Amino acid sequence: MKVGVVVFPGSNCDHDTYHVFKHVCGQQATFIWHKDTDLQGADAIVLPGGFSYGDYLRTGAIARFSPVMQSVAAFAREGGPVLGVCNGFQILQEAGLLPGAMLRNARVKFLSIPVHIRVERDDTIATAGLAVGTVLTMPIAHGEGNFYAEPDEVKRLEDEGRVVFRYTTREGALTDEANVNGSAHAIAGVCNRERNVVGLMPHPERAAEPELGSAGGRQILEAMVRAMAVVAR
Amino acid sequence: MAKARVYVTLKKSVFDPQGKAVHEALLSLGYAQVADVRQGKFFEIDLQGLSGEPARQVAEEVARKVLANPVIEGWRVEVEGS
Repeated sequence: MKVGVVVFPGSNCDHDTYHVFKHVCGQQATFIWHKDTDLQGADAIVLPGGFSYGDYLRTGAIARFSPVMQSVAAFAREGGPVLGVCNGFQILQEAGLLPGAMLRNARVKFLSIPVHIRVERDDTIATAGLAVGTVLTMPIAHGEGNFYAEPDEVKRLEDEGRVVFRYTTREGALTDEANVNGSAHAIAGVCNRERNVVGLMPHPERAAEPELGSAGGRQILEAMVRAMAVVAR
Repeated sequence: MAKARVYVTLKKSVFDPQGKAVHEALLSLGYAQVADVRQGKFFEIDLQGLSGEPARQVAEEVARKVLANPVIEGWRVEVEGS
């Protein structure tokens, strides 16, 4: 299976993502420059974290107009697995492939800390095979990760089972303190209606090897590898 | 050439932590009269070969498509010049 990692000017988690898929998960990986429209036959696409276009205007707002995004949108429409991490999530929101938008963190500070997220769904490309309720530990590193959508829209996402991850305590409990950035309904990740496009703010690629403090993120990336295999079949 | 000004602010229903931080700073400086602060963005756009209503239409379009994110932000457009 081959993972395409999109590189925007300002992406800074592209090499981590490439490394984990290639050397930890044992898959093929390739970089896709944002000005290219050829996805190089990738079985899945990852939009990595970083600060595309310096976060000018809004996070992800300019990157969504990169030529590669037309191809990513077409790939997603055909059911291809697409994962957006952190800034990649924000780009998918700006592109309209995922719902909501990110506000400044409720306490305004940039947060670079480990968090615990609870898996809420086992029917998405990033969580298939994981048990609902599993708590994974991995870092966040963002200033704008405070998930917002109109209350009606949040309710619709809940009703449709599209909240994929929530910020919780290590034990999986919802508390104000655990919801570090003030996200609506403690939402850390969501998916599209078809469940093949998933975005999350925490960084699974930074927590995929025990040497780095936690291997919780690897479970998400391995789920994606399984999803790729299913789609490719 | 027309000059368009686009003001982008968070919707009233959206909490503005930056505006709140500025508000608190002003209060701590003794400006007790300051009741609220909302922070936003301001764009000046020169529109070549356009004036009046067509200029407004272009400014409205770029505000909606690019300058603002309608999920969280509202905008206001002013156009001047002929």
